[in-house]
Amino acid sequence: MAVEVKVREKVDVCVIGAGHAGCEAALACARLGMETVIFTVSIDSIALMPCNPNIGGSSKGHLVREVDALGGEMGKVIDRTFIQSKMLNRSKGPAVHSLRAQADKAEYSRTMRKVLENQDNITIKQAEICEILTENRKITGVKTFTGSVYECKAVILCTGTYLKARCLCGEAITYTGPNGLQAANYLTDSLKDLGIEIRRFKTGTPARMDKRTIDFSKMEEQFGDERVIPFSFSTNPEDVQIDQVSCWLTYTNAETHKIIRENLDRSPIYAGVIEGTGPRYCPSIEDKVVKFADKERHQVFIEPEGLYTNEMYVGGMSSSLPEDVQIAMYRTVPGLENCKIVRNAYAIEYDCINAKQLYPTLEFKDIKGLFSAGQLNGSSGYEEAAAQGLVAGINAALLIKGREQIILDRSEAYIGVLIDDLVTKDNFEPYRMMTSRAEYRLLLRQDNADLRLREKGYRVGLISEKDYEATLIKKKMINEEMKRLKNLMVGASKNVQKFLSLKGSSELKTATSMAELMCRPELSYDILSEIDTDRVPLPEDVIEQVEIEIKYEGYISRQLKQVSQFKKMENKKIPENLDYHDVKSLRLEARQKLMDRKPVSIGQASRISGVSPADISVLLIYLEHFKKDN
Amino acid sequence: MDVFWEFIIVMKSDTITAVATGMVDSGIAIIRISGEDAIQIADKIYESKSGKSCFREFSSHTIHYGYIVDKSNGQRSIIDEVMVSLMKAPNSYTAEDTVEINCHGGILMTKRILETVIRNGARLAEPGEFTKRAFLNGRIDLSKAEAVMDIIHAKNNLALKNSVNQLKGSVFDFIQKLRNDILYEIAYIESALDDPEHISLEGYREKLLEKTDNILGSLKKWMDSFDNGKILKEGIRTVIVGKPNVGKSSFLNLFTGEEKAIVTDIAGTTRDVLEESVYLNGIHLNMVDTAGIRQTTDKVEEIGVGKARKYADEADLILYVIDASVSLDENDYDIMEMISDKKFIILFNKTDLEHCITEDMVKREFLLRIPDGFLSDFPLIRTSVKENKGMDRLEEMIKDMFFHGDISYDNEAIITNVRHKEAIMDAYESMLQVKVSIENDMPEDFYSIDLMSSYASLGKIIGEEVGEDLINEIFSKFCMGK
Repeated sequence: MAVEVKVREKVDVCVIGAGHAGCEAALACARLGMETVIFTVSIDSIALMPCNPNIGGSSKGHLVREVDALGGEMGKVIDRTFIQSKMLNRSKGPAVHSLRAQADKAEYSRTMRKVLENQDNITIKQAEICEILTENRKITGVKTFTGSVYECKAVILCTGTYLKARCLCGEAITYTGPNGLQAANYLTDSLKDLGIEIRRFKTGTPARMDKRTIDFSKMEEQFGDERVIPFSFSTNPEDVQIDQVSCWLTYTNAETHKIIRENLDRSPIYAGVIEGTGPRYCPSIEDKVVKFADKERHQVFIEPEGLYTNEMYVGGMSSSLPEDVQIAMYRTVPGLENCKIVRNAYAIEYDCINAKQLYPTLEFKDIKGLFSAGQLNGSSGYEEAAAQGLVAGINAALLIKGREQIILDRSEAYIGVLIDDLVTKDNFEPYRMMTSRAEYRLLLRQDNADLRLREKGYRVGLISEKDYEATLIKKKMINEEMKRLKNLMVGASKNVQKFLSLKGSSELKTATSMAELMCRPELSYDILSEIDTDRVPLPEDVIEQVEIEIKYEGYISRQLKQVSQFKKMENKKIPENLDYHDVKSLRLEARQKLMDRKPVSIGQASRISGVSPADISVLLIYLEHFKKDN
Repeated sequence: MDVFWEFIIVMKSDTITAVATGMVDSGIAIIRISGEDAIQIADKIYESKSGKSCFREFSSHTIHYGYIVDKSNGQRSIIDEVMVSLMKAPNSYTAEDTVEINCHGGILMTKRILETVIRNGARLAEPGEFTKRAFLNGRIDLSKAEAVMDIIHAKNNLALKNSVNQLKGSVFDFIQKLRNDILYEIAYIESALDDPEHISLEGYREKLLEKTDNILGSLKKWMDSFDNGKILKEGIRTVIVGKPNVGKSSFLNLFTGEEKAIVTDIAGTTRDVLEESVYLNGIHLNMVDTAGIRQTTDKVEEIGVGKARKYADEADLILYVIDASVSLDENDYDIMEMISDKKFIILFNKTDLEHCITEDMVKREFLLRIPDGFLSDFPLIRTSVKENKGMDRLEEMIKDMFFHGDISYDNEAIITNVRHKEAIMDAYESMLQVKVSIENDMPEDFYSIDLMSSYASLGKIIGEEVGEDLINEIFSKFCMGK
């Protein structure tokens, strides 16, 4: 690397990678006034969706909404480029309702690229970064493969699945990133030189089919919702009522499974060729057949990749079997008998880091100014990546501005749960968000992400005055309406009793509040309008909040209580310079784990596996003493 | 999922209680209550002679004579006559409002008062917690506190060991099974929420309601059993073993002074185990009479023999009864082998009859079965239950062993049990909430919240955290994903 540096540029932030994490990171930095360069190995792959054609889904929809409430871009872009949309889990509680949209992939990428290209302070640069430059464990810049140096104050790593990537399709191995794109083969070594621990994960994607070779008459049609709800709180709901396209459902069968079983020895995973750890929630069809051998069939979703392509995504059948087995296997599925594969299914292996090396701000603990986001941190999914990219971008900018960085905790956002899990727990596979990971999920609903987070986004500087004002007004309307309903007493008049029995609800014995009536499962805000005549018309989203807050008040207040206990622990901060050797009585295992992870709070320390309640007691006592001494 | 941390999180604000004098069979015991609600709790459970109580108005550092009254189940019953001292914040050891109940000692009495205090709003203190509070509130200096830290650790480990020891076997299995059942249901609900297009919850409510009722039933049965003491057995676990018809049951009767065990001269009369509390010079023994150990073809007796072995295995002290009028045989050798690594005393019984064996013969056979063939002393006592001979010697010997620390019983045992009870009650409450949610037609995602609380509460009993259990269960039991 003794090449003379001919080109030398000076910027504030370098973002490496222009996937979903990189785009959010770069936009956040630029919008916060940072001169930003975003590097990609191919400008044509900005915001690429190399796997499924969806944004959102269970718990991922929550992430998109939170990204939006904080001032991120993903929600706005999908609102403009979706071709089908569905609110999942509608029959369940409001906490698990989740939006999922089918994207026009090419349109999504193009739209995001346009946003980037037109954003002040952003330069897009097609180049491979080979080296991270530091001085005294502090970022000074990056170096490209062609020898140019970009001096900067912060670097955000968003390399996705590109580091030393290789794709496997049976016996055929290619050393490329997704979709045959160029892999990044040098950066890993630079990271290792900085003392960063690297590991190897794997994931996979199914084949894409030519639409003209699929017989849809043998499948069940899956429609979008009649009334579409947008992701972004800033999108006008009327703008998303478009003509939608359908997806299709079919199933594997005994014949499919037989072919897979007979060819398992040719699968790189079962043959032991793959070293990376794959995700359990996104198993290949080989895995499903082996692990759930008693299942007679598995669902297969055929989804369009966009409006201007014939490519169809075969959801549920990702694979790394050889091409000939893939063809045979897919053709056993009803409707796919004559299918032609446009792109083969493949597995991809890549380098990533162990995220325990990061603070919850996503900055490396021992390299000032180096941030990391997305799949490089051991997560998976476009939405998980975007969420981290946004947080890393915000914090890089705040760091440079000398402002306090933000940390979302587990009681504030799914993003908080995601990042806390990544940096605190031992993860052994690509991490995916799930609603069951959020212990306070009744509070972290997708419907109230704006109420939870817009203020934070405003304080950071990514949410406009106008949007923030709108949220404040919404909050006020909700509070006032709830107060009104709680104070409004309903007497046991003839009129009321008649109304109740008509609605299949038991009659009143004594006067009760309108709010209490609303708690009855058979009654709702809407139904009660008949006996609530003084009501002023309110926006849909305000009514939705009022209804949820009142109907589930008992459960919500229980969670709020848990949160206040949780907060106590989170607010007990551990000084960065604490020497755990000084803390006597810590067990050896706990001491090692704590020294390794350097938790920022007692709360975070308590979630590290191997740290017991007794260790926490000891630490608490020590900290009290520490405080008194200093 | 943070239920596990409750104890610590609420550390500085809630009210704690413990037996300050330790769980020994002394003349007087002190139960200490410290925290915000200490005074309020005292008012709820104390009555003066005139039936009044108003600690809020009493001056600090005063002592009051009256009764501890149990008012649960709508009934009023006096538990004990007591002196209650009051120390208001900040002039107490912990610098919090503190109430100390001086009651008549005795483990059962003390335990009842402690339970009453807990039922009225206190929680059981962690080991060292009073001192920890004293430190945090600036009452003692760091050197003292550091000593406490070590104790916290030692005690925590001990407590965990104890609770796990106690829970070996059926209770442990019972809890694990309940937990597994609950976890499966949560995983089912959660995977359906996560992947609604693959897994459906249709008709699930009815199924879960039935499951919930079953679990509630099991927990209820178990809660009840705490009160009649089937599970709660503290004291030195002393197990009487021997061949059939050597006089084991007669010993138990002699100790308890009651005809609890049916004594006949038919070998194999005791087919199950009998447990009794026995007090020897203030030392509490939890004495277990077992079925005679011998090779048998009788199915029922065989079960009894199996139990005897199990009890012997978990014993702190074994009393091995040998009939001096009968020769040693394979069954004796078998027993010797079994108890060779235990603390034991051999009772050379029926010395009133004509001897068939000598003490030396017993010793010789025993030494053959000890790993290194050496014993520093050989605790053997000549007894005759019939003539009430040798009992003084036996009491003496047990006392010696106890005070030399050769055998001990753990103060934590009872504590752990009260804690178990708290956890079981929490688990029960959470399951009730699940039932309420189902009956109120709440959406399924609400069920898993309380199922998880219940799961975590049960985990506390066996010292297990929740961790990644759920995620692992979801992925191992349910097929999902693209």
